[in-house]
Amino acid sequence: MSQDVTIFITDRNGVQHEVLAPTDMNMNIMELIRSYELAEEGTIGVCGGMAMCTSCQCYILNDVISLERNPDEEAMLWEAYHVKENSRLGCQIPITASLAGLEIEIGPEQ
Amino acid sequence: MEKEFFKTDVVIIGAGPVGLFAVFEAGLLQLKCHIIDALPQPGGQLAELYPKKPIFDIPGYPSVLAGDLVTNLMEQIKQFQPGFTLSETAETIDKLEDGTFIVTTNKGTKHHAKAIAIAGGLGTFEPRKPALENIAFYEEKGVEYFVKDPELFRDKEIVIAGGGDSALDWSIFLSNVAKKVTLVHRRNEFRGALDSVEKVQELKKEGKINLITPAEVVGIHGKEHVESITLDRDGILENFKTDYFIPLFGLTPKLGAIANWGLEIEKNAIKVNNALDYQTNIDGIYAIGDVNIYPGKLKLILCGFHEATLMCQSVYNRINPGKRYVLKYTTVSGVDGFDGTRKEAEKAVVKSID
Repeated sequence: MSQDVTIFITDRNGVQHEVLAPTDMNMNIMELIRSYELAEEGTIGVCGGMAMCTSCQCYILNDVISLERNPDEEAMLWEAYHVKENSRLGCQIPITASLAGLEIEIGPEQ
Repeated sequence: MEKEFFKTDVVIIGAGPVGLFAVFEAGLLQLKCHIIDALPQPGGQLAELYPKKPIFDIPGYPSVLAGDLVTNLMEQIKQFQPGFTLSETAETIDKLEDGTFIVTTNKGTKHHAKAIAIAGGLGTFEPRKPALENIAFYEEKGVEYFVKDPELFRDKEIVIAGGGDSALDWSIFLSNVAKKVTLVHRRNEFRGALDSVEKVQELKKEGKINLITPAEVVGIHGKEHVESITLDRDGILENFKTDYFIPLFGLTPKLGAIANWGLEIEKNAIKVNNALDYQTNIDGIYAIGDVNIYPGKLKLILCGFHEATLMCQSVYNRINPGKRYVLKYTTVSGVDGFDGTRKEAEKAVVKSID
């Protein structure tokens, strides 16, 4: 059985949650946030995870993963509000073993 | 102006796949439907967000483009002649003494129905507006967030802003309608289907689309109507004459007026009775598809189709109390449209073989 990884997620109210994320279910960070209900349903993952909206914008708080965005994500973030240098779209970050210890903050509602 | 008044059996709020399919199931039970949707075209998210993306979990379709699924659903329900009130948002629901309803839109259009099916998905798609302080003043006075009627722009000078499919596709379409089309985007790269990007490239070369990138619209001017905008091109401000400014920065869904109808809401969705018929806490109002919630709910199109089917049976019983009916198979009984058409299986031949 594959290992779960621990990820630290700060919700939109500033509360940090330590959550276990499965690495074998083809999940991404947006789906992880939804599965723990850390953001109100309907305000995150609106497009379903196609990088076609910006409702799952997250700020990456440590250097566990690269800040490099894929082209779809980059293009979409150009149209978002509250974008910072460390913005990523949660739906474009697959959960793998290398994410252990990642700290993120969920971006404001768009 | 006298507003239109529609009479029907079922008002469906939301023209997404589930709302459209409900028309078919209702039609089999001789129930007429009228659909209200805030967007200018049917299809909901499928048409607005991802028409060119494939869906892989519609039973019987190994792969179907979202836009094609909508086209097919429209073809499938055609003979039941649904009414449409598009580009309007259902604002209020009034229940009359006889148990029927009046649904009124934001434009004042009224619909009288015996039952209501809310198939509103994630809610009303509202345009994401650029952060320009006086933009509200110019709304419907030269600023348009949707292209509802392309004729509005005939022989006009227009500026479209945005970097996605809708900005690209409308620039292409309106280049044959408007006098001058200018497409403005914050960066050089566009995010859209490859054929749309290539088409814009081609039209740019032919001089039919005036492409300005990277640039941003930072101001709107005009006395009573848009007369010009301010463009920021890499820090250099420039006044640009135009009749219309069409910012197409995508849409965000908002539950909107649905939240004010006295329905039980949980997690931005409407609670329904999934043990029976997807009825809400208000007798005669149903909620189907992504807009509802119940234990074990899955927001899948295929689940919405099932919900629509059970809902229609319940509406039939509500409208025709005590009237007998048994489930029929379309293969056996065919489909009789309200337009007089009939679809049926070809009769088998009875013939001896020598």
